[in-house]
Order: sequence, then structure tokens, then C-alpha cells
Amino acid sequence: MGMGLIDNLISTARRRSPWLLHFDCGSCNGCDIETLACLTPVYDVERFGVVNVGNPKHADILLVTGTVNLRNREVLAVLFEQIPEPKVVVAIGACGLSGGIFREAPNVVGGVDKVIPVDVYVPGCPARPEAIIDGVVLALEKFREKSKGKGEGK
Amino acid sequence: MMKTTALALAVLCAAVLLGGLLSGIDRRLTARLQSRQGPPLIQPFLDVIKLMAKERMVTNPWQAFSPVASLAAAAVALVLFALQGDLLVILFVHMVGGVFLVLGAMASPSPYSQTASQRELWQMLSCETLLFLIAGALYLTTGSFRLSELSALPEPLLYRLPLLFAAFFFALTVKMRKSPFDLAGCHHAHQELVRGVFTEYVGPYLGLLEIAHWLEVMLYLAICSLFWATDAKGMILLPLAVFFAVIVLDNVAARLTWRWMLGWGWGASFILSAFNLFWLKG
Repeated sequence: MGMGLIDNLISTARRRSPWLLHFDCGSCNGCDIETLACLTPVYDVERFGVVNVGNPKHADILLVTGTVNLRNREVLAVLFEQIPEPKVVVAIGACGLSGGIFREAPNVVGGVDKVIPVDVYVPGCPARPEAIIDGVVLALEKFREKSKGKGEGK
Repeated sequence: MMKTTALALAVLCAAVLLGGLLSGIDRRLTARLQSRQGPPLIQPFLDVIKLMAKERMVTNPWQAFSPVASLAAAAVALVLFALQGDLLVILFVHMVGGVFLVLGAMASPSPYSQTASQRELWQMLSCETLLFLIAGALYLTTGSFRLSELSALPEPLLYRLPLLFAAFFFALTVKMRKSPFDLAGCHHAHQELVRGVFTEYVGPYLGLLEIAHWLEVMLYLAICSLFWATDAKGMILLPLAVFFAVIVLDNVAARLTWRWMLGWGWGASFILSAFNLFWLKG
């Protein structure tokens, strides 16, 4: 009973305090502008406890925009590795999903999921702020699923 | 003994709750000043609970030990204050917390953490003298460093120490990590050094430091209340007024460089305090 209460508290805190790390993996800046728009007074995602951190070590959710190429796939992998568990990854925009119009370029690896596991895909070119917020909310649900899965595993 | 332990525990619980709530008020007020709605008041508690449940990542054992030492120092200083102890001892104990914060940050080769540690040392250098001058002023007025002597004063200390209070306000903006002197790590997500001294602290360790910061802010506000120690209303209203002034200043001011901070700390504030102390003596 006591443990259940603590687990509930932690699960609530996780859902209501997601700190985002935003990584531009070679995007045209369209999706980045829309991502940052979420933090402006119009959308103000801090209402939901969202903070845009510049540090993988403090992040819970990794937002990736743009195509992955041969140069930055290492960086993406290292950033993912530096985020402490539990973490989820949200790929944003056509490029982040599949490589977009750049998918056939010789230096392009493809979508984000070629390098790290992606939990939520947010389509669009660029993705709208509403869609990105929706993606983050879906990611929060993934948090719950992940911690549940862990509990059953024990 | 039992009574003292109970008092210490009660003070610590109250300080954590109040400190977290003040932090929540701070975030909400800041959001309102930027015409946003802002997070709920309990947001800082949610953040800390979440951080406590994150994975532990340590690149150097000092990063695990320092937050605990820092929190312990802040807690001991606050309890000593509640027991109406010696202000000099309180200031020394609270300084230990700052030193450990820097030690842990310096234990990582990260350039952000390193640079911010240097800045944190500059911050301590420019502020601690002022805090000790307050202890000196306490001695000059009551003949003792003990806080218990203060309530016997006929009029609030603020009437005798207005210039020193102005200098203390400067120290408060530095210690509360607010603009224009939030050089070593502020509470806003982005700054030029990522999160400054906090950059390399992960999950639970960051959570402990956050609680330590709440306790420290409560300690500074408690020191602020000393300036009006003669009646209860003033003891509550003065720190609250100062707290809101610091937040408003945080929102209207840009970050200054460490040279400016040193100029203010050792130049303007030091001259003001020294002048006030001579006046007090004369």
C-alpha cells in the first residue's frame, strides 16, 4: 500500500514535470522555430511543468528535429546515452521521421530511429506547435507505460 | 534535548515546504511578468520528486557526496538559526555548503561546470564579507553575536542599518541566484553556461541541491527578518517584500559580468556598509 502510494506519486511527478532537451539534427530550422514557439506566451507549455533544458543530464524527453547524417549521428547517440532513465524520444517533422526530402542524399542516414529508439513520431513539414505539444503528451503516456513495464518485470 | 530535536525537525520540515512554495511563487510570478500563465505552485515539489526517482549517474564520487554535504550544511545552519545561535557560526556553517557545491562541480572536467565553479567562488568572495559585516553590526548594537539578544532592542535594526540593508539586498540577489548576478547558475533553463554549477549534477543529486537551495533561501530571508526583529509582523513582511523585490529585479535586469559583481560587492556595497558601521559606532 505504502509502496503503491510512492509509485503513484513518482508517476504523477514524472508526468507533470517533463524537462525537454531539443536537438537540431540538421533541420532547416522550420521545426525548431515551431518547437520553441511552444514556450512562448501563446502556448506556454511551462503551464504543464515543461522546461526546455540545454543539458542532456537534466532531460527526460529528447526532441529531435531534422535528418540524421553521417556527421551528427554520433552526437545524437551520445546525447541519448547521457540522458538518465527513464527517458523517451520524440522525433519531429518529416525529416526526423524518415529523412524527408533529403532521404536520398549521399550524406544522409535517414530518420532518427536509424540511430536511437524513437517512442513518438510527430509528422509535418514543419510540424505545428499543437502537434508537437500533442507528441509530448503522448510521450508522457509512454512514461507511464515504461514505468509499468518495469514494475511487472520486477 | 527531545524538545530541541523536535524543534529542529519542525523547522526543517517547515523550511522545505515554505522554501519550495516560495520557489513556486517565484516561477509563477516570473511567468506572469512575461504574460504567461506559469506552472502550478507545487511545481518545484513535482520537479524534485521526479529528480529523486531518476537514474543515478556519477562521473566522480564527489558529485554524489557534495550535494549531501551541501544539504546538511544548509540544514544545520537553519536549525542553528532557529535555536537563536551565534550568527558567526551560522554563517560559517552555511559557507561550507557553498564550498561543497563548488567541489562537486569542479570534480568534472566539463568546461561549463569548471567556469561556473570559478564564478561561484567569485560570488562567494563578493558576498560573504557583506554577510560577516552584518554579524559585525549585530555585535556593535547588542554586544553579542547571539541572535537571542535582538528581540530586546527598542527599535528595529533597519533604522540603524539602512545602508547595510541595501548592501544585504545586493548579497541576496547573488545568493538567490537572480539577475543581474546569476552568474554561476540560474534557475532559468538556458544560460551561456547551460546550468552553470549544476550542469554535472544528475537526477537525485540535483534534487538534493534544489532542496539545499530552498533551505538557503529560507536562511537568507531569516537573516533579512533580523532587520525587523522587534515585532512579528515586520519579521514576516520585510523578508516577503525583499523576496518580491528580488524577483521583480530578476525580471527587469540582464545578467552582468563578474567584474560588475565584484565592483558592486566590494565597491559600492562595501563602502555603504563601512559607512553605516562607522556611523553606528560614532
